[in-house]
Amino acid sequence: MTAEAPRRMAPSALTARRRRGIHAGQTRTAWLLTLPFLLVFAAFFTVPLVYSAYLSLFTSQLVGGEVFSGLDNYTRALHDPNFWDGLRRVALFLCVQMPIMLAASVFIALALDSRRVRGSKVVRMLIFVPYAVPSVVATLMWGYLYGKDFGLVTQLFHAVGLDAPNLLAPGKILGSTMNIVCWEFIGYNMIVLYAALRSVPDDLYEAAEIDGAGQWRIAWSIKLPALRPALLLTIIFSIIGSFQLFNEPNLLFNIAPNAIGSDFTPNLYAYNLAFRNQENNYAAAIAFLLGFVIMIVSFVVQGIINRKERRA
Amino acid sequence: MTAPPLSKEAARAPVHTTRAVGRRRRPVERDKRRSNVLTVIIWLTVIYFIVPLLWLVISSTKDNANLFTSFGLSFGDSFELFDNLGSLFTFQDGIFSRWLINTAVYAVVGSVGAAALSTMAGYALAKYRFPGSRAVFNIVLGSIMVPLTALALPTYLLFAASGLTDTVWAVILPSLVSPFGVYLMRVYAADAVDDSILEAARIDGASEFRIFRTISLKLLTPGIVTVVLFQLVATWNNYFLPLIMLNSPRLFPVTVGLAQWQSAASAGGGAQVLFSTVITGAFVSILPLMIAFLFLQRYWQSGLATGGVKG
Repeated sequence: MTAEAPRRMAPSALTARRRRGIHAGQTRTAWLLTLPFLLVFAAFFTVPLVYSAYLSLFTSQLVGGEVFSGLDNYTRALHDPNFWDGLRRVALFLCVQMPIMLAASVFIALALDSRRVRGSKVVRMLIFVPYAVPSVVATLMWGYLYGKDFGLVTQLFHAVGLDAPNLLAPGKILGSTMNIVCWEFIGYNMIVLYAALRSVPDDLYEAAEIDGAGQWRIAWSIKLPALRPALLLTIIFSIIGSFQLFNEPNLLFNIAPNAIGSDFTPNLYAYNLAFRNQENNYAAAIAFLLGFVIMIVSFVVQGIINRKERRA
Repeated sequence: MTAPPLSKEAARAPVHTTRAVGRRRRPVERDKRRSNVLTVIIWLTVIYFIVPLLWLVISSTKDNANLFTSFGLSFGDSFELFDNLGSLFTFQDGIFSRWLINTAVYAVVGSVGAAALSTMAGYALAKYRFPGSRAVFNIVLGSIMVPLTALALPTYLLFAASGLTDTVWAVILPSLVSPFGVYLMRVYAADAVDDSILEAARIDGASEFRIFRTISLKLLTPGIVTVVLFQLVATWNNYFLPLIMLNSPRLFPVTVGLAQWQSAASAGGGAQVLFSTVITGAFVSILPLMIAFLFLQRYWQSGLATGGVKG
């Protein structure tokens, strides 16, 4: 642990010993401060994850109990249309919902940062408020709003003399779910982006204005680059969130079982496999594969964004 | 970070900015320019965020009959809020108040615990170069991306094996782990605690722990509040973990309890009386966090940004 300390600190034997003493003390403190987290992390993160990997390599049979089956569960998953359908659905969800959500968040953040909106403090608060609403309550509420007999959306359509769409129908439920997730997270993302904008020093804008840059120019050349780290964070969180989609479809399942199905998202599928079908091993493999997909997509996106940054 | 694009911009400027209007505007006027168009557009989007909540508040004042017959954003024939609250808190022997208490306990214990662990670890990672610190930080970063399901299922099975499922520990213990909290605290501590202060304290002969306790903790307070808030929302809103871990309704948090009532209500039959109870319950359950956010505005506005600004 202290092996490399003497090498670095040659000058005089006395200071070397003294510094090494301090250094060793610091190292000890650092480890003592990190240890509690690491212990809890190991117990409730690493161990379950390793256990999950272990489980996924077994198959339970009616006769003979748990049998080691190697990667059979994974091959099964890769040939399982239910798994692929769910994955495709969340990928589509990600590709449509995330751009809409982030575009709205960026637009509102830029608008509020421009200080041209009246009552912008109140606006910030009101748009952020849905973040404090649990997704269970949000889904429950929107579920009622979507209801085709008495829901507010239907009432509004009728009020202007139009036929109301059935937002809980099989073809529309994915879009309805996107709307719920947008409602929940635009405000949160907006605050993160807004804060990133506020951290740009004002004299940068002044310098640009003196150079003759217009507001759009400033937005494009100063504000958007300043948003990059915050955008990366929100994008990574959106990727993780989309692939993990569970609460919303699980609750919508109650009111529209035909439109959702038990394999609507990979997460929902894994849950139903484990807790309805008692297929723990297979569920573990599905969850693991999903984890791989999330990590790969996150890394690829991170790589693309960072490369763009280097080029810029 | 933002300087290079600007200087490049300046180099290219003559081509684009001959028609720019920016020069006419004096920097001093920045605060005074209000745009009506932008104000209207932004306030229209506010409607989208507020109407569902408005609907929830109004609906909790209606009885079941009015819920289905009256317009969503207007009040019903009679004001039933107090009747609804009455039935909400007496339904199934008043289990709803029990759920509220459970949620508060899970959220407070979980978030304070997670923040304590994250603060110590994040501070150590930011302020000490010790062998293994890079490895620890990389593990923390990587684990942010691990999906909850990959974790929840084996955690459930492990807890079941040790007889911990269907206890409060099953919800609290896993929520103590917050890799994102460690990441936030590392980012925050790197900035908030100046190395020269640490050096000065060391020269004065203070031990590392004393420095942490008496000096660093004070400087870290806004960051700690951020992590507490972040985890508080996460645990308060948590649904998946308690859903799989708990069987006894007496241990449910509000989210799991409400979801169960809602599914009973949707199952149809005579259970439809539950609708107004569920809606009133939903309304009551979102009040605590909203009030907390209102009072802690200063903190969350600067706090939620920490991770994003420094990335």
